[in-house]
Amino acid sequence: MTLSSNGMLIRTGILAVIVIVVVAFFWFVVGPGPLDFAGGKTVAIAAYSGANPTGVPVEFAKDDLVTRGRYLTQAADCQACHTTEGGLPFAGGRAFKTPFGTLYSPNITPDRETGIGTWTDADLLQAIHQGISRDGTRLYPAFPYAAYTYLADADVLAIKAYLFSLPAVHNAPPANSLAFPYNQRWLMAIWSFLYNPDQRFQPNAERSPEWNRGAYLAEALGHCGDCHTPRNRLQALDNHRKFAGTVVQGWRAYNITGDQDTGVGAWNNAELTSYLSTGHATGRGTASGPMAEAVDLSLAHLSATDHAAIVAYLRSVPAIPSPDLPAPKAEPAPAAPKLGTPAGIDSRGQKLFAGACAGCHDWTGVSPLSPLATLTGGRAVNDPSAANVAQIILLGALRQTIQGVSIMPAFGSAYSDVEIAALANYVVARFGAKPSAITAEEIAELRRMQ
Amino acid sequence: MFDATATRAGPTRRTFLKAGAAVGGAFLLGFHLPSAMAANAETTVFAPNAFIRIDRQGKVTLIMPQVEMGQGIYTTVAMILAEELDAAFDQVVLEAAPPNDALYANPTFRIQVTGNSNSVRAFWLPLRKAGAAARALLVEASARIWQVDPATCRTDSGEVFHDASGRKASYAALVEHTAGLTAPADPPLKSTANFKLIGQSLKRLDTPDKVNGKVIYGIDAMPPGVTFATLAACPVFGGKVGHVDDSKAKSLPGVRQIVVLDDLVAVVGDHMWAARQGLEALKITWVEGPNAAVSSDDVWKQLRAASEKEGVTARSVGDATGALSKGELIEAAYELPFLAHATMEPMNCTVHLTADSCEIWVGSQVLSRAQAVAAKITGLPLEKITVHNLLIGGGFGRRLEVDHIDKAVRIAQQVAAPVKVVWTREEDIRHDVYRPVYRDRLSATLSGGRIVGWKHRITGSSIIARWLPPAFQKGIDIDAIDSAADIPYDIPNLSVDYVRDEPPAMPTGFWRGVGPNNNVFAIESFMDELARKAGKDPVAFRRDMLGKAPRLQAVLDLAAAKAGWGNPLPPRMGRGIALQTSFGSYIATVAEAEVDEAGEIRVRRIVSAVDTGIVVNPDTVVAQVQGGLIFGLTAALYGEITIDRGRVQQSNFHDYRMLRIDQTPAIEVHLIKSGEAPGGIGETGTTAAPPALGNAIFAATGVRLRRLPIDRSLLAGRKVG
Amino acid sequence: MINLRINGDMRAVDVPGDMPLLWVLRDILGLTGTKFGCGIAQCGACTVHLDGIPVRSCLLPVGTIGERAITTIEGIAETPNGAKIQKAWLDLEVIQCGYCQSGQIMSATALLNVTPNPDDADIDAAMAGNICRCGTYVRIREAIKQAAKSV
Ligand code: FES
Ligand code: FES
Repeated sequence: MTLSSNGMLIRTGILAVIVIVVVAFFWFVVGPGPLDFAGGKTVAIAAYSGANPTGVPVEFAKDDLVTRGRYLTQAADCQACHTTEGGLPFAGGRAFKTPFGTLYSPNITPDRETGIGTWTDADLLQAIHQGISRDGTRLYPAFPYAAYTYLADADVLAIKAYLFSLPAVHNAPPANSLAFPYNQRWLMAIWSFLYNPDQRFQPNAERSPEWNRGAYLAEALGHCGDCHTPRNRLQALDNHRKFAGTVVQGWRAYNITGDQDTGVGAWNNAELTSYLSTGHATGRGTASGPMAEAVDLSLAHLSATDHAAIVAYLRSVPAIPSPDLPAPKAEPAPAAPKLGTPAGIDSRGQKLFAGACAGCHDWTGVSPLSPLATLTGGRAVNDPSAANVAQIILLGALRQTIQGVSIMPAFGSAYSDVEIAALANYVVARFGAKPSAITAEEIAELRRMQ
Repeated sequence: MFDATATRAGPTRRTFLKAGAAVGGAFLLGFHLPSAMAANAETTVFAPNAFIRIDRQGKVTLIMPQVEMGQGIYTTVAMILAEELDAAFDQVVLEAAPPNDALYANPTFRIQVTGNSNSVRAFWLPLRKAGAAARALLVEASARIWQVDPATCRTDSGEVFHDASGRKASYAALVEHTAGLTAPADPPLKSTANFKLIGQSLKRLDTPDKVNGKVIYGIDAMPPGVTFATLAACPVFGGKVGHVDDSKAKSLPGVRQIVVLDDLVAVVGDHMWAARQGLEALKITWVEGPNAAVSSDDVWKQLRAASEKEGVTARSVGDATGALSKGELIEAAYELPFLAHATMEPMNCTVHLTADSCEIWVGSQVLSRAQAVAAKITGLPLEKITVHNLLIGGGFGRRLEVDHIDKAVRIAQQVAAPVKVVWTREEDIRHDVYRPVYRDRLSATLSGGRIVGWKHRITGSSIIARWLPPAFQKGIDIDAIDSAADIPYDIPNLSVDYVRDEPPAMPTGFWRGVGPNNNVFAIESFMDELARKAGKDPVAFRRDMLGKAPRLQAVLDLAAAKAGWGNPLPPRMGRGIALQTSFGSYIATVAEAEVDEAGEIRVRRIVSAVDTGIVVNPDTVVAQVQGGLIFGLTAALYGEITIDRGRVQQSNFHDYRMLRIDQTPAIEVHLIKSGEAPGGIGETGTTAAPPALGNAIFAATGVRLRRLPIDRSLLAGRKVG
Repeated sequence: MINLRINGDMRAVDVPGDMPLLWVLRDILGLTGTKFGCGIAQCGACTVHLDGIPVRSCLLPVGTIGERAITTIEGIAETPNGAKIQKAWLDLEVIQCGYCQSGQIMSATALLNVTPNPDDADIDAAMAGNICRCGTYVRIREAIKQAAKSV
């Protein structure tokens, strides 16, 4: 055995180790991209045989730039994050409480001092695609640039045209309050290097135009994964578990994979479409919290073809079960208050329900007043963490539906943690498939996150 | 004449309220004695005074000077009048008094007002005299016909009898013979032993039509052609309307008109739904004005600072300063929040304004003020303003204000048709006239188990100074010091002073229980603290200092006995006592409460012993105390209005909570028989509940609550043996 | 036109289908016995029956009622349990201002319709949605029990 062959072996060995480390690194730390599950070959848009999946649906193609920009702005749901409750749209300042501190969304109206009035096209493209602000500072990935990076340049510029058509609002949001080391923005460069592919959407040559449009809507514009895909330790999406559900700001974003019992695999297309477009599907429940907001501000405004495209795309996502979730129970609870609640549930919950809830939701859980208020069949009451039920009780629900405003009042300010925990557990026990045991301490924690 | 029971769809019914057999229910006839009729009143109608009218058919009409808001006052007033008149009670007809301060002013306040639990107290003698005078006249008329001595005649159930000759005459038959007779100024009154009605639990006259939906409240008035409006006033008190974008609202079906005034915006529609939809569709920018930045923190900071200042002395006995300088000084401060009234009937007022007349349908506790405010806005003379005072779906002091009438009349000035202005519950909570925040600083010294030195400083808004300026004298608000300056305990050295401090941004007003609420809570909580310091039982401690208040001592003994004071209770349960002499009544209340490990409170039982003097209708008194206690429990457990950026943060029953039936304790009310003049009762329970509950919670947990509403987090996790 | 069966009569109303029944009853049909208290199903003042079941009319879109029979406080005396409840209410002098009582009576009647002999827990469950600011709860409980015993 020669020295050189020995050296070869060592080199090969080292190389193998490096390869293994690198592969492991990419597998475990970086993980797959959001569209990798689909397999197949991606091609440049120009090379794709079907219609261009970017831009607005054909029926809007002839609209002017600003109108197209508005459609895309809605599809990208910019308003939700860049508006405070009761504040002017896009004027920023909405707080995002993270475990590391609080972030505030910037003003993206064309105000020259506090907004983006002086930004060039290139500035905005750089921010949206690379997460780098005009002054070179790195943006936190609370701004979903790892998704927006897939946006076509033309779409970004249409969004800009729309934003610049709006009235300038002078509003300087508060400064972020992040603790060290999270206040070190340069660290985001490393994060970006790992997690932002910085590439535009490329159609999958082996998938239908509808699928590709759906992928563009769900991944580049709608950034569904930002809520529905669990994150790794570095706060990047863990696409090994794509769309399997996670918790965002105290709300549980449920599993939207094709899993039969715990995802949306059992939903038919009409149900999915109805849920996306109205935030409600008979027998499947009503969107609340951030999802309700996403529906009202974004999804409800999309065209029917776009809804269908998202549904087609969703259907292709591999099923992953959520082991802690039961298959939803759909049958109504008994009309008699004394029946239908498992023993051992804090009796306070029933009393509170009788006083504040039964008038609208009924003892059966099927609201005589509004389909939106029907509890049975919904995922929230079939979630033994009771997180979303508790959140809705705390914060209420405000739906801007096409039919008008629909409101569930927020009980948080006048009801104690103990009461809300008891009530949430009662609701889950009575209307869901599996009882919950949320505690007053957890309710207090949910309040802190607001 | 408009009959509010008539609706656009229903048949017109003109109904009187008949005792016993209710035919229908609307007290809305107003005062109708047309001038032609008055001219020959001698022969057709016997109307000896402003409260009684008897016609030749024998119909006895009793005019109600006080408004019915649930307290049963119509029945009580009718009983007092009918007692002295000796009318057949099942045949009297009630009529609401029209606005007229000269005839119907409340003797205490000199204006037409129902409030301060004083209807019976204030009208007890005037009504008895009115009844007795009418009776004397009828007796005199019959005595003349029969040519007998009036003293040999007697009356019973609407008839005069001359037993010696076996003759009798009905009041109806005597009407025409009363001409020319003058009523005696000081007619003899019945002795209490001869009362036939007073003291009996008679059925209320207003309730039969309240079980079948026929009763007409202000909100139910439907004059022909009525339109419906709802309004939004600037969410910050003192703010103005900036700009209104009505492009979307205008085009909604059913929306008729958008009225923009200086301080409010209203939408008029074909029905309330259209008006509400219209209002929601408006984009209103407000000019928020000077209060735009005020928060509850600012309110408390200001109040606490003010309570450090010297106040105006309201009462001083002995040498308080000297007595407080000897021995251990025990000090505590108590705080009460803003409260909204939240009457179940939201604020509303219906107005039909024409060039030379104004007709108003409303429920008001201040009828003549209701008329006056409309006159002031419209420039019409008083006699052109007709006010139909309808039944009231809860007053509690809220309808002592006329802001809802003011707003409705100003809106009506812009609307060609009659307009009914109904506030949403949100508007009702956010534009109330709030029970003020108060801070009470108390200090005392003890010796030999008794209080020897006492100082009480009350700091808060003066409602009286705004509401009844002539009664605000020398810096003292008589309401704010009520039940504090006249503290019933025998304390040799005491001083009570008052600091007037008007909170920023918030209008303040009377709220059921008024001044005594604050003072009784502070004093009775502090008494409990002192009892512990003195090492004495809270009942015994109080009792020893009631030597000069035997009536209070008697109710204390009764309440303690009925409540089983001293009997052991399981862990985490406690009893608390509270005494009061407010509103001319003597009340002792024992609350029994349980506090669980999470700090949640269950009020198990409340026992009140009440000496309110002569009781006109015992069942009504019991009902008022029961209801008042629940009102007070709601405040103690949940009541608080807070502000942020000048805006009231509560809006409806989900965030301004009310006690519900499942939280209601067993309540016992024991009345003491008394021959003393009647006391007030409507507000007493409200005043009693919070300190009794606070003291019970202390007994259960050892946690002293010095602030309302009760902060349950202070009670959480307390391990109690 | 929407056709409604109210207290046994057919009424046709020309209103939008999303208009809550409460305002149709009060402002269109003049049936003012049904009361507005909160508008958000928190107080029960607006309670009516649909086929004998209690419903908050303040949030009930009139267009969704269809064939179901509406009973309001004006018609409740025609039902045996309604009459019993009304009588007990007067016998025990439950009422104070009365504003909440239409709703209380409708809820109490509905309770007796399904539970002829309610215990305290039944009463709590059925009545806790009805707020009474005057605090008549103690008597409401007693009156329901008395009505249940009456024939
Ligand atoms: S008005 Fe409908 S529940 Fe209050
Ligand atoms: S009787 Fe007045 S609100 Fe119930």
